[in-house]
Amino acid sequence: MADPMRIRAQASADKTTVRVLMAHEMETGQRKDAAGKVIPAWYIQQVHAKLNGKDVLSAQWGPAVAKNPFLQFMIKGAKAGDKVSVSWVDNRGDTRTDEALVT
Amino acid sequence: MHTRRHALSASAKLALLLLGAGILPAAAQAQASGFNQAAFDAKSLADAMKALGANAPAASADVTVSAPDIAENGAVVPVGASSSLPGVKRLLLLVEKNPSALSAIFEVSEMVDANFSTRVKMGQSSDVYAVAMMNDGRVLYAKKEVKVTLGGCGG
Amino acid sequence: MTRILWACAAAAIAASSGAIWAQQKSSADGIAEYRAMLADGNPAELFEAKGEALWKTRRGPKNSSLEACDLGKGPGVVKGAFVELPRYFADTGRVQDLESRLLSCSETLQGISAAETAATPFGRGEQSNMEALVAYISAASNGMRFNLPQRNPEERKMFELGKRAFFYRAGSHDFACASCHGEAGKRIRLQDLPELTKNPGDGVGFAAWPAYRVSSGELWSMQRRLNDCYRQQRFPYPGYASDVTIALGVYMGVNAKGAASVAPSIKR
Repeated sequence: MADPMRIRAQASADKTTVRVLMAHEMETGQRKDAAGKVIPAWYIQQVHAKLNGKDVLSAQWGPAVAKNPFLQFMIKGAKAGDKVSVSWVDNRGDTRTDEALVT
Repeated sequence: MHTRRHALSASAKLALLLLGAGILPAAAQAQASGFNQAAFDAKSLADAMKALGANAPAASADVTVSAPDIAENGAVVPVGASSSLPGVKRLLLLVEKNPSALSAIFEVSEMVDANFSTRVKMGQSSDVYAVAMMNDGRVLYAKKEVKVTLGGCGG
Repeated sequence: MTRILWACAAAAIAASSGAIWAQQKSSADGIAEYRAMLADGNPAELFEAKGEALWKTRRGPKNSSLEACDLGKGPGVVKGAFVELPRYFADTGRVQDLESRLLSCSETLQGISAAETAATPFGRGEQSNMEALVAYISAASNGMRFNLPQRNPEERKMFELGKRAFFYRAGSHDFACASCHGEAGKRIRLQDLPELTKNPGDGVGFAAWPAYRVSSGELWSMQRRLNDCYRQQRFPYPGYASDVTIALGVYMGVNAKGAASVAPSIKR
């Protein structure tokens, strides 16, 4: 099971800024190990976010997204106490979901 | 090594067959909920846009790509795509000179701003593109050159 | 060596265009902008979270957590400890830095072998746990100012040892730490080299480690940073948490008195 994400969701005026750090290798499949063997591609392919259980964001990522990916997006009109959840699925089918309250 | 490469490509073909047959659960699930493998495999900007079904993109001052002028290390380059226009369906980030040009696709729902930031790997100095695919079919872009240096031998 | 120099030169040339002087100024600004863009959302936070969990988790043959570990401000006190290390500890009778102290606490409280951890390569097994703990503990002092104690004669002795080690030229290239860090205003290609014989300022040099290194996507503790410095000087690797590395920490840390720590920071 992958390490937890760090999610910060800060409300201000009419929008909430959500910043996420995900723990993932994001291996491109281009690199070779010391023995010359290709290190297999292993990367987050899909990201979804919900506000209070309702879908607000979906994204597709390729292996070019950096290791331990960072994501920032803005939700319209969320307020303190609302729940933001973020999930990812990688090319191996592994998945992780974490949530945080809007502050 | 010869045998291994051969085995790998054979298994890749098998995977494709199984995928077509809906037998690979994880990959099939990804495909079903929409992972556009072809777009992410495309080498060039043009091929990626074609795989996304996008019309010819036009430069637009209403699309913004944010990126540093110089990336000290190409392993982590902060980039952002945004547009102030209404009716944005998707925002894309592409790095022209990467082995595969497309880095990310963001679906813009009514609940979120058309404004996303992430970090990408860049293999070399290159133009970075933010592309907005509009609901009405227009495709607009902005680009910025990012110089990538490995930095010094210390620090 | 020559090949590496050429590769570095090629990288620098690839990045340059236009007049040399103009390029130097704008490159520095460009890199400062790049670093500022990365400051929010430092992947070191992932290591901090892991480290906090490790501090509180019962582990090892003695099935105990690290919460009774004394980092210098009393058992279990994490906040403020980092900016007073390295320091003398009565229970071990020696001056210890953070990593050394974690090794002895892990062994005493949890039964995890310090020697085995020290022999483990960086980024693997118990070493990756050490990195997480270092991230967590340093984060708890983020923004606080370095104030290493020098009351104990052992602490003062280690300062003198560290100073000698800092200026000690040896190895195939006759390098010392001072070769790169002994003067203000030095640079290797596009990397500014902080002067470590005095306080180089808030968040610089000693005050900037541990750090998340984007080039390897790993959290580098000060021990790892020193290990890599020695590699670049073409010295044999120092022992992990050995006296000479702790002494260098005392020398740099005392020199950095009053500087604000930004650890864990983010570096290229």
